[in-house]
Amino acid sequence: MPTLFFYFFAILAISGAVALVVFRNPVSSALSMVASFVGFAGLFIGLNAYFIGVIQILVYAGAIMVLFIFIIMLLDLKKEESKKFPITTVIGALLIPGLFMLQLVGIFGNFDDKKHQALDLPASAEHYQEEAPKIAATLSGANGEAPSLPDVNLIGQKLFTEFNFPFQVMGILLLVATIGVVVLSKRSPSTSASDQ
Amino acid sequence: MDPFFIFITVVKIITITFLVVLPMVAYAVYAERRFSAILQDRVGPNRTMIPLKIFGAKKDLNLPLGGLTQPIADGIKFLLKEDFTPNHVRKPFYWLAPALTMVPSLVTVAVVPFGSDLRLGDRIIPLSVADINIGPLFVFAVSSLAVYGITLAGWASNSKYSFFGGVRACAQMISYEIALGLSIIPILLIMGELNLNEIVKYQAANGWLIFPFWGEGLSLKGFLLLIPCLISFIIFTVSIFAETNRMPFDLPECETELVGGYHTEYSSMKFALFFLGEYAAMIVGSALIVTLFLGGWSLPFGWSESEFMSSGSIPAALIHVGCFLTKVIAFILFFIWVRWSVPRVRYDQLMKLGWVVFFEAALVNVFLTAFILYYVR
Repeated sequence: MPTLFFYFFAILAISGAVALVVFRNPVSSALSMVASFVGFAGLFIGLNAYFIGVIQILVYAGAIMVLFIFIIMLLDLKKEESKKFPITTVIGALLIPGLFMLQLVGIFGNFDDKKHQALDLPASAEHYQEEAPKIAATLSGANGEAPSLPDVNLIGQKLFTEFNFPFQVMGILLLVATIGVVVLSKRSPSTSASDQ
Repeated sequence: MDPFFIFITVVKIITITFLVVLPMVAYAVYAERRFSAILQDRVGPNRTMIPLKIFGAKKDLNLPLGGLTQPIADGIKFLLKEDFTPNHVRKPFYWLAPALTMVPSLVTVAVVPFGSDLRLGDRIIPLSVADINIGPLFVFAVSSLAVYGITLAGWASNSKYSFFGGVRACAQMISYEIALGLSIIPILLIMGELNLNEIVKYQAANGWLIFPFWGEGLSLKGFLLLIPCLISFIIFTVSIFAETNRMPFDLPECETELVGGYHTEYSSMKFALFFLGEYAAMIVGSALIVTLFLGGWSLPFGWSESEFMSSGSIPAALIHVGCFLTKVIAFILFFIWVRWSVPRVRYDQLMKLGWVVFFEAALVNVFLTAFILYYVR
């Protein structure tokens, strides 16, 4: 059953990505990119990474692509002329994905055990026993429920302990960008007077 | 995978979609018309008959139902009307848009817990389709996809009124999504939990978030937390009004300026899908408000904690489902009541409310909650 879902979402992701390049209409391209993101989200959820899968939809499909489509519609971009691709573009487009494909084949070829491996929940519960008893309880099923992977709690635990400093730095970077946008886009009468 | 699990999930999907949500959508439309009629001192649709004449009978059957068959008549009307596609539209997108509006509203229903866990033998069956650990995030993610339907409808119709409607809807939904997401962070801080079913269980034991008069809610901390919870509740509820494009925030379909807004060019069942999508979003919104702030399926005063109610037997689960549906219906009536009593706001007022008032209030609220949780034991 999970394999069936894997193929469904993988085909969705790949066909979305192909359609993104093939379509001449910008809105169709943007929508196929959304379909591709939904496919990726499905793959993440299939790997037990619920949080990343849902954030994928929330941020990429739900926010960023909406802005893309918004701008495409507002600018009213016309259908691109069906021009011939220059030969260098075609070669590049075949060569670079081909290299990545080779790399993937190389990596997968090095795996000894190609079978699906179940998550080792008891071992990870032992690992988290000291630093986060609540996460360990969910992992081992000590709270009276079936053992499960608390992926949101795990991400939070990692972010706010081990990677706290990079996390804060990223927060400040984003804040600086936000303030920059507000300053650049705001034109008060006093600043426009000082410009002259 | 366990075949029993697949079977029970399919049963839950069919029951919840076709026996609970879609009938509720149909009768929400009826309730809207009857309730608005009461508010405006009219009668409303009260005499739909069963058309036996077309089957050759002498008279139509007129049962004293007060118009309860009206939604069925409406549905048949929408299906049988001419499905007119104007010549100037962008066809593929024009066809895609109604589906993209309806589907996200129905998918979000998947994580809403409709009742307490059912115990059949040694199996525990949660009464939500997907009992996942990221409930609210899932709802926000999927409902953020609903923007596409409305925006595409406005753009694909290729007429300026539709386009303005679509652009307005898009800007409005993006703006209010932020306030919506920020306003529930205090709840997550208090619960430390993203599973909607666990959130309801916590409230059953420790008092509903905006009505904490039993369990741990009866403490200094409980009463202090009532302040951020009430702020969250107000921000969340008003943002849901904006997200579902309901009055007083229905600028996208503001008929005095925009004819019919983004669905001006649509007719018959395609129009009905926009209409039903709006009501489905309203029902899911009510269900979310009830789940997050009003204890979901739980009975007040900790009655759900009693031995009988927490046993997981079928009658207990049914009482909880009834309790949940009662609260949701009360909230739907509140939505309708607001629509027919409050005038529409201006567009700049709408944007100002979202970005200047709610965004900041929700941010301050997060800090307030964290402060209370840290300093008051």
